[in-house]
Amino acid sequence: MDKQVKDTLRLGGQEFISRLFLGTGKFRTYALMQKAVQASGAQVVTTALRRADPDFPQENILSYMPRDITFMPNTSGARTAREAVRIAHLAKAMGCGNWIKVEVISDNRYLMPDNFETVKATEQLVKEGFTVLPYINPDLGTATRLVEAGAAAVMPLAAPIGSNRGLRTRELLRILIEEIDVPIVVDAGIGKPSEACEAMEMGADAVLVNTAVAVAGDPVQMAAAFKLAVAAGRQAYLARPGRVLSGEASASSPLTGFLHMPHEEVAVHG
Amino acid sequence: MDERMMADELAAAAKRGQFLDVVRSYADFDCDAFLQGVQPADVERVLAKPVLNREDYLTLLSPCAAQYLEPMAQRAHRESVRNFGYVMQLFTPMYIANYCENGCVYCGFHQGEKIVRRQLDMEEIRAWGRHIKETTGLESVLVLTGESPKFSSPEYIREAVAVLRDIFASVSLEVYSLTEADYRQMVEAGADGMTMFQECYDEEAYAPLHPFGPKSNYAFRLDAPERAARAGMRTIGLGALLGLTNWRREAFFTGIHADYLQHKYKDIEVAISTPRLRPCVAGFQARSPIDDTGLVQYILAFRLFMPRAGITVSTRESREMRNHLVYLGVTKMSGSSSTAVGGLEAEKDEESQFDINDTRTAAEMAQMLYDEGYQPVYQDWQPLTRAMP
Repeated sequence: MDKQVKDTLRLGGQEFISRLFLGTGKFRTYALMQKAVQASGAQVVTTALRRADPDFPQENILSYMPRDITFMPNTSGARTAREAVRIAHLAKAMGCGNWIKVEVISDNRYLMPDNFETVKATEQLVKEGFTVLPYINPDLGTATRLVEAGAAAVMPLAAPIGSNRGLRTRELLRILIEEIDVPIVVDAGIGKPSEACEAMEMGADAVLVNTAVAVAGDPVQMAAAFKLAVAAGRQAYLARPGRVLSGEASASSPLTGFLHMPHEEVAVHG
Repeated sequence: MDERMMADELAAAAKRGQFLDVVRSYADFDCDAFLQGVQPADVERVLAKPVLNREDYLTLLSPCAAQYLEPMAQRAHRESVRNFGYVMQLFTPMYIANYCENGCVYCGFHQGEKIVRRQLDMEEIRAWGRHIKETTGLESVLVLTGESPKFSSPEYIREAVAVLRDIFASVSLEVYSLTEADYRQMVEAGADGMTMFQECYDEEAYAPLHPFGPKSNYAFRLDAPERAARAGMRTIGLGALLGLTNWRREAFFTGIHADYLQHKYKDIEVAISTPRLRPCVAGFQARSPIDDTGLVQYILAFRLFMPRAGITVSTRESREMRNHLVYLGVTKMSGSSSTAVGGLEAEKDEESQFDINDTRTAAEMAQMLYDEGYQPVYQDWQPLTRAMP
């Protein structure tokens, strides 16, 4: 083990041991959220800036953020690039640091991200010096443009936000993992630790979880379970999985059998 | 608002398409026969579906579906927690005027009633707003004026919005129906939401209930939420006053109005309210009273039909009812409510629009929510027009 290279996630000029990012919405209390963050070991935590209320400290979610994490406010509630940029400015003015998760949602029935507006917001915020992590529908063209714009990571969804449906976009995520050279953080839709584990096995650099922890019977225990699952998935990825049975039956009439047969016995396919 | 302006707006609405077209498309549909014809197997089929359409929603509003309240409640609770979490948004209404030109036969504020009429000036609004903010911590306010374009002009409302926007994170309006241009002015002044109770979706029953005043124009009012959405309002609230006519039918049209708006204006947050007719100084008797079971059935059916939409419950409902509704899909509750102009201090010597049933303060509401395992949310929006670098 001592020979093992230290495996860290490099992102936005920082290094992280944990590859589990946690969202802070939907918890029964802010105190419970705080405990879940601690149990998860998450070093990057995201909060909807629209819930931050500096005028009312005892009910201000920011008062409950652990000090030793990297805080990533998000632009939840933004419907356009312009609104996302404004929320990012507000976050900076509130002293929330330099990181911003760009989330532009112009569909309130399914909460699907608007990739086009997200690219526009990312372009501007990177120019202004923010460390930008955009949340998108997993689309290669969009992801490529985001990288060109200077995004620190790309955060594709696994399933509609809050749906707990798991890796519904598996094939699209796989393409991003293969083709995009900045970290891929699988965000939204992960409902169980096993799904987070699978995303990590596939080669995602990190996962972001919120609903699955917040609405669990015991959020603190579930946060700890996600911590283990993400670590296991990452270790499995690094261990390079061996031959995995494909599940497809072997063909009863081989297509290359003729190469090994005496000439006259070759069956003719019809 | 003059007749010509209304006619111009309605002509524009007819051209672009409006919810009135949807309402009228049901002209030949026998809603009562459908509701009475629903069988247990129909309800079970709907409850087995992951996504509900309009007909499914109506099925769940039927008398027959009342036998399925428990499975509906279980699913509504799951959907609500998944979509919104264990949180409840709190807001407070602020009546800044009660002049009214309407003749709604069921209302304690209508023109003919001999009640004290008042209108707060900007200084009074600012002082009261600050008082609410300091004593409750609430960041979300709903401004109500009564319906008098003469006394509460669009300019007056716009000024009030600008004053309150400096105090609160979110300012919503519940005023008479405005033109699209006026709604745009409100958005520019800092309003981010509006609520428009159609009161009665049944066009025929509507007229005698609203004999005169701005509200007497059914079509103009019906289109108001759409004009507001076009003007850039983020949150749009709808509601029928339950008890005026067949509540199941009214619940259906409120729900499909929400569905229509969400489909057409995808970025809005649409919400419904479920006000029940309460005793008021007008002494109007409900023609189709909705009991507690009916109210719960409506809320559950709507939650299953539109899992992401908001549901608001006001202090018209009792403390016990509101405590139970926390689990059933409600997303927003008023706290520290007063329906008197100028608030609780003024209430002692003034009449109000309807009697408050749940008289708890915002702090007491928050404590109840904590006791039930829910996080009260005082603020759910940042004012993007304020303090921009």
